[in-house]
Amino acid sequence: MKAQSSLLKELYRKMLFVRRFEEKTSEMYVAGKIGGYCHLYIGEEAVAVGALSMIREDDYCIGAYRDHAHAIMKGADPKRIMAELFGKVTGLSRGKGGSMHMFDRGKRFFGGDAIVAGELPIAVGLAFAIEYKGGDEIVMCFFGDGAVNEGAFHEAMNLSSLWSMPVVFVCENNQYGMGTPVAVASCEIDLSRRARGYKMRIDKADGMDTLAMREVSKRSVDYTRSTRKPSFIEAVTYRFVGHSMTDPQAYRTKEEVEKWKEKDPLKGLLSKMKKEKIISDSELADIESGVKREIEEIVKYAEMSDSPSCSELYKDVLK
Amino acid sequence: MANIQYRQALNQALREEMRRDENVFVCGEEVAAWGGSFLVTEGLLQEFGEKRVRDMPIAEESIVGLAIGSAMAGLRPVAEIMTINFIILAMDQIVNHASKLRYMSGGELSIPIVIRTPGGGGLQMAAQHSQSLEPWFVHVPGLITIAPSTPLDAKGLLKSAIRDDNPTIFIEHEVLYTTEGEVPDGEILIPIGKADVKRSGRDLTIISYSRMLQVVIEAVRSLNKEGVQPEIIDLRTLKPLDMETILDSVKKTGKVLVAEECWKSCGIGAEISTRIMEEGFDYLDAPVRRVSGSEVPMPYNKDLERSAIPDAKKIIDAVHELIG
Repeated sequence: MKAQSSLLKELYRKMLFVRRFEEKTSEMYVAGKIGGYCHLYIGEEAVAVGALSMIREDDYCIGAYRDHAHAIMKGADPKRIMAELFGKVTGLSRGKGGSMHMFDRGKRFFGGDAIVAGELPIAVGLAFAIEYKGGDEIVMCFFGDGAVNEGAFHEAMNLSSLWSMPVVFVCENNQYGMGTPVAVASCEIDLSRRARGYKMRIDKADGMDTLAMREVSKRSVDYTRSTRKPSFIEAVTYRFVGHSMTDPQAYRTKEEVEKWKEKDPLKGLLSKMKKEKIISDSELADIESGVKREIEEIVKYAEMSDSPSCSELYKDVLK
Repeated sequence: MANIQYRQALNQALREEMRRDENVFVCGEEVAAWGGSFLVTEGLLQEFGEKRVRDMPIAEESIVGLAIGSAMAGLRPVAEIMTINFIILAMDQIVNHASKLRYMSGGELSIPIVIRTPGGGGLQMAAQHSQSLEPWFVHVPGLITIAPSTPLDAKGLLKSAIRDDNPTIFIEHEVLYTTEGEVPDGEILIPIGKADVKRSGRDLTIISYSRMLQVVIEAVRSLNKEGVQPEIIDLRTLKPLDMETILDSVKKTGKVLVAEECWKSCGIGAEISTRIMEEGFDYLDAPVRRVSGSEVPMPYNKDLERSAIPDAKKIIDAVHELIG
């Protein structure tokens, strides 16, 4: 019981951390500290926090361009993530990748891919290397609902199943590929069905509920780890903010957004904890203030860090 | 010293590197049981087994993606794309991923992959199977592009490419596969980025690579009979370009002809002539000339195809015009 309550508190703290991190990112973007495309994860926290809390440290993760939360959850230093957003040399990618290109090889986090579905064939390659070396790790690969219409998605799904490769594919269905609703882009709106025909284990999860995400992810991860076969999870979720920082959101109504906000993954977990008297108001306040302090430190680190020198321009084009 | 075919030389390179390093594996369409569409991977399945010689579905994007992902996790893949024409289907993985992952990650990753692919025309394969697309890759930072013309270079450069930590596009030529040349026994490593002065000369410099280099050698035989002494440079590596060797030659001859099978617009010759103009203008006694593939989709008809690909006569004519 105690273990369960501290687990819930920890999950809440992680989701809160991601939310505050993204809110701060938004603030810094508006302040002109962060440039380029910047895609926030606000509303979708339950997916990455739930799924990535079910894999091991030595497992591999690769994802798309909405990648801050995944990098955080895979253990990358949030200070270096923010520094990357600021374009600083202390950033995960030495200021050369930015929001969409976070990498941390030591933590087995391989990006950070900004070509829709581009990471899927690479995920199969990571899994191939695991099998080649005879390891028992798995790969967790994240992509959005838009990716299921790309050729690379289908090539990767076929190959991973054909060769029996340990990849857990997590489709983060946030209802829109940029501003295009799933129904306007996909012949089948139940995206879990798009994986049919590839002979793989398919599951569907409420991506607004981190405990549901964990349960479904555990089943998938256990299956993939033990059978060395791929599996597919559709996480049904929603982003509360625009596709990127430059999205006027003309394609959806405020009412729709408000309706989804009723399922806010943080509120949901918090009310469960309150109902079950797992968390007191003072504990909650401690979590809030702790996260706030951490985020302040993170921004300070990014601010204080140096920009890459001009001599960095031609560095690392080739090895 | 043995006289072997270009494809056999490539096969030897693969075998030797696979024996040397167990992280080297081969993947692609028809590379296992068939032994490769041009028999470059013949016998590898028998020697190294299914684990290291992998037939793949006709899905080029996933062939290159598999190579990239496995390289990120420590393997050294040699992926075969059956012909350069099909590599277009994998351009996203090559250009948006392989070439950029090291830079985008601030040096965190390296992508030691070799993508072998044959290009060129001359076998009546028509427009979708006869292209010389090497300039596409030369344009992109973060890639090495190699195009050998002899069995010796093919072997030595492929071995070097497999050991190199960068993504490499290794362009072979369909017509060259059965050409023969001497390859010394024992370990051969030809350095990447180093051109080869094939013949020393004084009247002009002819720069070429891959199959066109063989056509140049044929043309030079005739020119020699007339008393013309061209210097021949085989680029071998198209990027990084060995400007030092090129400029040393231009200093000596003052005149340059580039012979290429690719189309002229933004081709290899366009790059070389501009670089000579930028870095060695004062050495030039005449404008750089180019003999290139005709700017048409390759026709099927044998005579039409022949007229679309530079031959010895076209090169000889261009030399005559150049040296007056």
